Amino acid sequence: MSQPHRRQAGGHIDRARRLAFTFDGRRFEGHPGDTLASALLANGVRLVGRSFKYHRPRGIFSAGVEEPNALVELREGARREPNTRATVVELFDGLVAGSQNRRGSLAFDWMAAAGLLAPWLGAGFYYKTFMWPAAWWERVYEPMIRRAAGLGHASGMPDPDRYEAAHAHCDVLVVGAGPAGLAAARAAGATGARVILADQDVLLGGDLLNEPGLEAWRHETLSAIAGMPEVTVMPRTTVFGFYDQGVLGAVERVADHVPEPPPHTPRQRAWTIRAREVVLATGAHERLIAFPGNDRPGVMLAGAARGYARRHGVRAGESAVLFATHDGAYDAAFAMAEAGARIVAIVDPRQDSAAMQRAREAGFDIRTGSEVCGTVGLTALRGVSVRGVGAAGRGDAFAADLLMVSGGWNPAVHLASMSGAPLAWDEALLAFVPGAPVQRERSAGACRGVHGIGAAAADGAAAGHAAAEAAGFVAMPAFPLPDAPAADCRPCELWEVKGRGKAFVDLQDDVTAADIRLAHREGFSHIEHAKRYTTHAMGTDQGKTGGIVGAAVLAEARGEPVSRVGLPRFRPYAAPIAWGAMAGEGVGKHFQPTRRTALHGVHEALGAAWLDAGIWKRPAYYPRPADADAWASVLREARAVRERVGICDVSTLGKIMVEGPDAATFLDRVYANTFSTLPIGRARYGLMLRDDGIVFDDGTTSRIGPESWFVTTTTAQAGPVMQHLEFHLASAWPDLDVSLASVTDQWAAIAIAGPRAREVVAAVVQGLDLSNEAFPFMAVADCTAAGVPARLFRISFSGELAYEIAMPAGYATHVWQAAMEAGATHGIEPYGMEALGLLRIEKGHVAGPELNGQTTAQDLGLGRMLKKKGDFIGRVLAQRPGLTDPSRPRLVGLRSVDPARQIRVGSHLVLPGGDGRSQGWITSVTRSVVEPGWIGLGMLREGEARIGSEVLAANPLMGEEVPVRVVSAHMHDPENIRVRA
Amino acid sequence: MLRIPCPHCGARDEAEFAYRGDATVTRPGPDGDIAAFHDYLYARTNPRGWQVEWWQHSAGCRAFLKVLRHTVTHEVRAVANAAETLEVPPA
Repeated sequence: MSQPHRRQAGGHIDRARRLAFTFDGRRFEGHPGDTLASALLANGVRLVGRSFKYHRPRGIFSAGVEEPNALVELREGARREPNTRATVVELFDGLVAGSQNRRGSLAFDWMAAAGLLAPWLGAGFYYKTFMWPAAWWERVYEPMIRRAAGLGHASGMPDPDRYEAAHAHCDVLVVGAGPAGLAAARAAGATGARVILADQDVLLGGDLLNEPGLEAWRHETLSAIAGMPEVTVMPRTTVFGFYDQGVLGAVERVADHVPEPPPHTPRQRAWTIRAREVVLATGAHERLIAFPGNDRPGVMLAGAARGYARRHGVRAGESAVLFATHDGAYDAAFAMAEAGARIVAIVDPRQDSAAMQRAREAGFDIRTGSEVCGTVGLTALRGVSVRGVGAAGRGDAFAADLLMVSGGWNPAVHLASMSGAPLAWDEALLAFVPGAPVQRERSAGACRGVHGIGAAAADGAAAGHAAAEAAGFVAMPAFPLPDAPAADCRPCELWEVKGRGKAFVDLQDDVTAADIRLAHREGFSHIEHAKRYTTHAMGTDQGKTGGIVGAAVLAEARGEPVSRVGLPRFRPYAAPIAWGAMAGEGVGKHFQPTRRTALHGVHEALGAAWLDAGIWKRPAYYPRPADADAWASVLREARAVRERVGICDVSTLGKIMVEGPDAATFLDRVYANTFSTLPIGRARYGLMLRDDGIVFDDGTTSRIGPESWFVTTTTAQAGPVMQHLEFHLASAWPDLDVSLASVTDQWAAIAIAGPRAREVVAAVVQGLDLSNEAFPFMAVADCTAAGVPARLFRISFSGELAYEIAMPAGYATHVWQAAMEAGATHGIEPYGMEALGLLRIEKGHVAGPELNGQTTAQDLGLGRMLKKKGDFIGRVLAQRPGLTDPSRPRLVGLRSVDPARQIRVGSHLVLPGGDGRSQGWITSVTRSVVEPGWIGLGMLREGEARIGSEVLAANPLMGEEVPVRVVSAHMHDPENIRVRA
Repeated sequence: MLRIPCPHCGARDEAEFAYRGDATVTRPGPDGDIAAFHDYLYARTNPRGWQVEWWQHSAGCRAFLKVLRHTVTHEVRAVANAAETLEVPPA
């Protein structure tokens, strides 16, 4: 298979090896050193995609990350990746690539009919057109627009590859390994500073790769850098963001250049780099010119054509026209001529220049004072129209299959701008360059407007020296710099050639100069507004080639200089980055940590069905073969607790040791009720408020010694309560002598609950008299359980006689098994979270659904707990009229009138025959074992007064209205006889 | 991403810290009324410039620290323990 446009020799191409690939199903060959774009051009493939909105044919426009057109899908199956830029895809053997955003074939895309509708498809078209009827938006318009627009398609399958995150520290980070970056890294590295040199390309050198005469300097510099042990070179690494305090983000493409990653290798690696000093040597992106038909395949940036010719040994066309506004672009004509292409004409709006004279001496046909005013061709360029600057008419026609364009250079100021540096207008370059640094960074070379390899390298060396010195290293002697003529990249001002036909300022988003003017006419005159109204510079290329051109068109419309209009704000990412790299290993079960209790293995052996409680894994219930369904298991477990005895893992509750001379004072302040009066060896239920008077958390807290307290929190609030206590000790009461220690993980805890709990516990615990007199409800004591140290609490969440045994986590399984053996004769059953919830709802204990950050102690029927004397958190603001309003919904119990009719959490409570207004809502539901049927807890206005009456539980989502009877929240044993038995 | 020099642990990443807001407000004592607590809880100057803030080194020593941070540049200029006072430079 031939590559008709490949030169016989030259460039960084290994012609001895052939790489087979396909594009839209056609087989081609390229060589190592090719990008997908250079290989396509070598094979004469000019048409590579269709545009976003008008489905116009598009070709390869650039040779780098700035590519707006050549977006392709890579690979197949789960590895298919949309919207990759063919210009940065390293070719590999077996690569499968395809064009996107087309219907039918690429050459005949029937959606190109959109082009005929173009007069009606201008900026703001969607906003104006798809307004009516409103109901059509979701069902008709949006699906239609989504089908028509958009780019590639995601695979829709899980990504089979692995991505990882990594961190790096350095004294000097050099971003970009062109002439400036290489010199900066060498200068900084020579001082002994730790240097990281990152470049998005696989080959280092930037523009040096287009200069065979400077290859020796490139090699010598690279080998000098390779000999510096403190310099780390990171090719294939895109630095995408500059964040606060010298933190930069980068993605290293570890295995994008092979069909699939080798074993144990990530596809990509996301780096967080912390640098003392940063040298930005990110180069510049060449600027397009807006002229009619400037998007036709065959129109290409001049520097890109030069690069394909010199680096890849590929002629992007056989007969070329150069349209340039500055001398720096003329080397493209020489490069193409060297490569064997015919230079048809050079079109330059200027009258004379040094480069023009050299070109004339070389025999090129120079059209001075001229501009390109149109192109012809369908899916490939066939000709170019040239006229005098500003002249009317169609101009002279030139046959050409390549039009090389350069309107100047846009310094790649993205990272400098993200670092906080302002942008400054350079009137000579007609470009924005970085202003005074805000962070410890400096730009060097073309990214600050210093063009030409020699000048850029000298600038880079100086920046590298300065950065190393700023990081505390002593500069070393100078080294040879490349001897290359300076390039004069000062353009004459020509942003747009006005004429018939579409002149694009943003090729990827199909934004024309006319769209920008329309935005201005309709009031979107600020650059940020015009951007959003037209989608200018919003594609994957973020306007790298034409963003400033759009700004210039807007400036003309506003009658102001471009420097006043400015560019839209640069934000990360400077170049497109795969989501996978950002997610790293944090996918699937690694998205967040999993917490297991010390008894996890016990639950597993019992076949527990699991429930996620935050990041905890907790048993929901323990299914048995005889259980018809989950409810059968839950009801069986709850019945065992009510009738015999159950055992439950309650290790997830937060546990905090509070110790010190002022511990009691501290607890009095953080709890709404009093703790200082609690005797040693006793526990008390405590309620914490937030300072705004809303209930924060609840739990039992025990006094272990005169200055030693054991605080428990709910599972969900364990972390926040700890932080709340720490914050108030540090900020409000630094005078209190109190120490806090989280002991949640150190103690495991088992609840043993039910009428026979005492017998079971007595058989497990040694050294305690468990009689009601010696160890009453709310007693606490240290003991031995199954021979190991433990602490016994007589507390109850279920409403039954109950104990909690806490022990060092490592003993939990041992104690659990002892309890199971001791309970066997009593019919002990393990119960999970669902039965736990059932029991507490029957008993009327509040939990997370009621402590939802909106309820006060009064709302929950706990108002009497608030102490009358002394300060505590929440005391003052709980007295606000809105929180003491007697009409606020209050906690009630609810019972479905028809026991078989389910009620649901979230249903609203409305009065039968009333106006349908919500009087409250249901917070928790379950099925009762004491009096079978559906029961729940809820918040209801005038709740206490409505006890005994019927209301409706309305759930419009389910189309339900279920009659429920309002009852006391304490549906089971309201006198607390059982817990004190 | 910020790097905050913890007086106990050294310079650490922002990810190790939890933000707790304006550190210039003081919780009213037992005599504070609704207005005083309202101001303590809700009234913030939200300066454009230097601000003393609470940051807890939650994944480190757990100390609550006062951090002098610039709300525009995000520069962290000084860090102190809770009991200390940080001078706020002019904006």
